[in-house]
Amino acid sequence: MTAYVAKRLLLLIPTLLGVSALTFLLIHLIPGDLVTILLGITASQNEQTRQALIHALHLDRPLAVQYVLWLRDVLRGDLGHSLVTGFSVRDELARSYPVTLQLALMAMSIALAVGIPLGVLAATRAGRVLDASTRVFSLLFISAPAFFIGTVVIIGGARYAPWLPTLGHVPFTESPARSVGTMLPAAASLGLAISAIIARFTRSSMLEVLGQDFVRTARAKGVADRAVVYKHALRNALIPVVAMAGTQFVYLIGGAVIIEEVFALPGMGRVVVNAIYQRDYTMIQGAVLLLTSAAVLVNLALDLVYRLIDRRILYS
Amino acid sequence: MSGEASGTAGPRRAPRALRSGSFLFGGLIVTVLLVAALAAPWLAPYAPTTIFPGAEIRPPDLRFWLGTDEVGRDILSRVLYGSRVSLGVAIPSVALAVLAGTTVGIGLGYWGGAPDLLAMRVFDVLFAFPPILLAIALVAALGPSTVNLVLTIAVLTLPQFAMLTRSATLALTPQDFVQAARALGASHARILGAHLLPNITPTLAVQTSLSLSIVILVEAALSFLGLGTQPPAPSWGSMLSRGRQYMTIAPWLVLAPGLAIMLAVLGFNLLGDAQRDLLDPRRAGAEGRNP
Repeated sequence: MTAYVAKRLLLLIPTLLGVSALTFLLIHLIPGDLVTILLGITASQNEQTRQALIHALHLDRPLAVQYVLWLRDVLRGDLGHSLVTGFSVRDELARSYPVTLQLALMAMSIALAVGIPLGVLAATRAGRVLDASTRVFSLLFISAPAFFIGTVVIIGGARYAPWLPTLGHVPFTESPARSVGTMLPAAASLGLAISAIIARFTRSSMLEVLGQDFVRTARAKGVADRAVVYKHALRNALIPVVAMAGTQFVYLIGGAVIIEEVFALPGMGRVVVNAIYQRDYTMIQGAVLLLTSAAVLVNLALDLVYRLIDRRILYS
Repeated sequence: MSGEASGTAGPRRAPRALRSGSFLFGGLIVTVLLVAALAAPWLAPYAPTTIFPGAEIRPPDLRFWLGTDEVGRDILSRVLYGSRVSLGVAIPSVALAVLAGTTVGIGLGYWGGAPDLLAMRVFDVLFAFPPILLAIALVAALGPSTVNLVLTIAVLTLPQFAMLTRSATLALTPQDFVQAARALGASHARILGAHLLPNITPTLAVQTSLSLSIVILVEAALSFLGLGTQPPAPSWGSMLSRGRQYMTIAPWLVLAPGLAIMLAVLGFNLLGDAQRDLLDPRRAGAEGRNP
């Protein structure tokens, strides 16, 4: 186990270096003269402004040196300044990340709370009506883009439940209850799409476990059906679901970017999208780097948790 | 379209395929989609960009079956032409990803060595990014155009095909039939082309269908954010995005393109699932992926 953790942690280094390198290269992909693009045509006429930017981004140095200098700043926590507002990118992201974090956690909770019971029910009634309808539910939600689900939720909310707040945002620190309440429609739109995937995964994992010898033994010695399903089988079937939730987290982050735009939530996704409209490349860079690193770390953490529970069950 | 053609792999599989509901339903949706894309000029009642002055935001009626949008264009015509935009991005980008990914993957799996190790690290990095986020960032840097969109999506999709082909090649190469061919003096090209590739094709076909469904979603998401196909081209994602301003008074503005996206994704998803179940009946109803 220690060897495995060490190996995973070591592999983290090249992955994060690669992520940072690719993020760094993003602004060099922009066709045309970089300084003119970054400053805009008017501002780039001013030689002093030009030189200041060239100096700030080390554009007069070779690309590899630029990357190393940029990485050094990033590791110190300096993500540069917004090209539009001039504010620190780090401060801007620090303001918006709690919103995205809350959205991601709520969406994942909804996905697990809906997906796992549905998957278990479908597995215990495999081949029957409930199984078939779960399959239809899963396929529909896997196929529907989260931004469409969100739009339908807003239309439906406005028409049938006008008292329900679908837009606007209350910071969690201000009023936790109202904050969770206002974010619920957005989190549900994002979470339901993932719950469909989790339901299907739980179903196949459950079916596999239910066919194993220890389940048959439990049944043979007369353990009640409910206890077999929920105590013996489910605990084992959920292990791969943990690892699966980790891989879904990457998609969740991507989905959050778009859902925040739909529900006008002031999170990091909104920052990215606005930065794109304003061609604020340092802001895009900072946000992409932070979101991707977060996804990598969560994925790794859940993978390690998965190994840990797996081992405990093997040895107990 | 490789996704559809390969569903009927071999004469013995065909009857079982035809008994699979997912295969029939998915195939039907994909066929409708292809027909809509190819025959849009004959099927659509109007041109997708024709504006009917005075007929803005009309609910569905006999003249405009799905209503009109905020500037008075027929939504049915735009949704039909939208399949061209959607498949026009999805098919070339997945085709590029399949060609490049398979070539890279089969080479890495067959020869291995340092390039293989390096490629694995590069793929690890690409997999680390949330696909939508990387697509947004790349298109934002390159500038929104159809060519950039196709290239970006191809780059994002390529690793999946490369990894799949690589692991299949790794599993097949030690097998007797490949070793026998090698002992008989077959060239590398012959081993790769005549022995390995045909055995990987069914797996590739499944991934092609599933990738098409994911790519349609990514294209829609990018267009929704204004980074995809540019107006006035009738892209489903941008139709949905623009319709949101009027969604509470005129829900058909967003429902028509939204359902079109959903149906297209569902079709390729069902087809991919059915193909996978046909290849390995024990895996019936396994997990899917969502961008």
